Amino acid sequence: MGKYITKRVLIAIFTLLVILFVLFVMLDKMPGSPFNDEKLTADQLALLNAKYGLDQPFMIRFINYVKCVIKFDFGVSYNIQKNLAVSSMLATRLPISIQIGLQAMVVGTIIGMLLGIIAALKRNTWIDTLCTGISVLGVSVPSYVIALGLAYFVGFKLGWFPILYNASKPFISTIMPTMALSLSPIANIARFTRSEMIEVLNSDYVLLAQSKGIKQYKLIINHVLRNTLISIITVMGPLLVGLLTGSMVIEKIFSIPGLGYLMVQAIQNNDYNVVMACAFIYSFLYIFVMLIVDILYGIIDPRIRVAKEGE
Amino acid sequence: MSANERLDAKGYGTYEFASDDFTFAYDENEKIIYKSYTASSYLADVLHAFLKNKGAVIGFIVIVIIAILALVGPMMNEHTYKSIIIEHASLVPRVPFLENFGIFDGVYKGSNQYLDKGFTDIYYWFGSDPQGRDIWTRVWEGTRISLIIAFTAVCIDIFIGMIYGLISGYFGGKVDMVMQRFAEILNGIPTLVVVTLLGLILPRGVTSIIFALMITGWIGMSRIARAQVLKLKEQEFILASKTLGAQHFRIIFKDILPNIFGQIIIMSMFSIPNAIFTEAFLSFVGLGVPAPMASLGSLISEGYKSLTTYPHVIVAPIVVLALLMLSFNLFADGLRDAFDPKMKQM
Repeated sequence: MGKYITKRVLIAIFTLLVILFVLFVMLDKMPGSPFNDEKLTADQLALLNAKYGLDQPFMIRFINYVKCVIKFDFGVSYNIQKNLAVSSMLATRLPISIQIGLQAMVVGTIIGMLLGIIAALKRNTWIDTLCTGISVLGVSVPSYVIALGLAYFVGFKLGWFPILYNASKPFISTIMPTMALSLSPIANIARFTRSEMIEVLNSDYVLLAQSKGIKQYKLIINHVLRNTLISIITVMGPLLVGLLTGSMVIEKIFSIPGLGYLMVQAIQNNDYNVVMACAFIYSFLYIFVMLIVDILYGIIDPRIRVAKEGE
Repeated sequence: MSANERLDAKGYGTYEFASDDFTFAYDENEKIIYKSYTASSYLADVLHAFLKNKGAVIGFIVIVIIAILALVGPMMNEHTYKSIIIEHASLVPRVPFLENFGIFDGVYKGSNQYLDKGFTDIYYWFGSDPQGRDIWTRVWEGTRISLIIAFTAVCIDIFIGMIYGLISGYFGGKVDMVMQRFAEILNGIPTLVVVTLLGLILPRGVTSIIFALMITGWIGMSRIARAQVLKLKEQEFILASKTLGAQHFRIIFKDILPNIFGQIIIMSMFSIPNAIFTEAFLSFVGLGVPAPMASLGSLISEGYKSLTTYPHVIVAPIVVLALLMLSFNLFADGLRDAFDPKMKQM
């Protein structure tokens, strides 16, 4: 187990380094300069480049960058909020994104599992068809279509929730984004829970428990649900990662001052440091979640560990 | 002790059967018909299983209808996707014949926009956008571009992914090790980051979007190909081929490839809605096709700006996008079940 975890962690760290390098190369070659002011003369530009260390050779700049990233120092913003440290921008933006992401995940898991369990227990009835229908819709309709629909009908027509993020009502403002984001986890988890439950319900040990005359609710709670839960944990990682992509668009629609919206702004303003920091944070979250999932897989199901070691 | 159980003279328990203790497993009166099936080819089986799946068939029909409209839709009226008639800006949909029934009659907030401005014989089927362009034409033009992007990206994905997976799986050992680590690291970079950064450095346009989609898209495909090769390469027919002196190239492309094609096609059908979605995402973030051109994503992103004033602008592209993604998912689901029911777990 120790060997397995070490290997996973090493791969994760290496991947992060590769990402940093790629980000650095790409942003280095990007058109546009952080100093887009036409009034600047060549001398002033040279001075600015020297001030921000942009005149150093490539590798030195890269090593400096990695050193700073480890200290969580992403430099200062060039354009969006001039001279403000990127890390402090991230510190105010990241919690909102994480809050909405987690809310969506919790809501999605609970509703998704309920739908899946009901569908599996009432298999091949209209309830099952309804639950399956909801999950097919949720899998195939992009979250921002739902978000726009909610914004128009619930936010604008009914006026129940604010359309745009309102800093004085932080929780109320996150309800619609959470609803929009949670649809995909609901659908995926419902689908997975249903198929997993049905498989468990058809297994020999459930048949044995049934023949021993165990009560229905006890059977479901003690035997079926427990074994279903284990597999559900495994799909939650990729879903969390999927929420990252969704959040960028959702945050733009509802003007939420989160990480995704910051990245969109930074892209449009050529704010290198901010783009890099956002991309790095996204990658870090992604790799971290995948690492946790991989390790959890290994702990939960030894077969996977053995198979991966033997790869 | 129940009523049927007795103790005999020696004290052993015996059981007297009652007449209702047993029932016939089959109803005697019911005739059992042994149906004989004629042998059918693999493809006929697949087709049969596919046609039984209603959702998949409906999905397929919707895809075909949308594809046809994407081809001929822009030619069905005199507008082009970039022709601007500023007097016709922001008109709500009006369709001949249907307008008599109180729907699509050009009425916006209680008054008929068309008649107010004196346009008696002008019809915009999906309405017009705030710049005065015909939404019908733009939606089908946009659908076409979105479909082209998705199909091209997926085709390239198949090509690269298959070759990569085949080689990696077939040769195994060190080659496999290196190739898998490379794929693993590339896969560790979130698609979101790759796509946005590429969208940023490349000039905006269809080719750039396809390229951005391609960079990470092939990995899933290569995994499927590799897994299948690992399964197949130990089988007897490969051994037979080797014994007869076949080269690696021949074994990979003539013996293994045809056997994994089913899975690859299924996988690609699942990738298409993903590609459409990613394109729409890019456009929404502002990295999509450049301005007068249209794609589903850019249309949605434009319509979003006038969501509260002219909601009709965004309805058509959103409905088409949602229908397209839903149909592709249903179609791919049906195809997978038809080709290989066992793949459901993957």
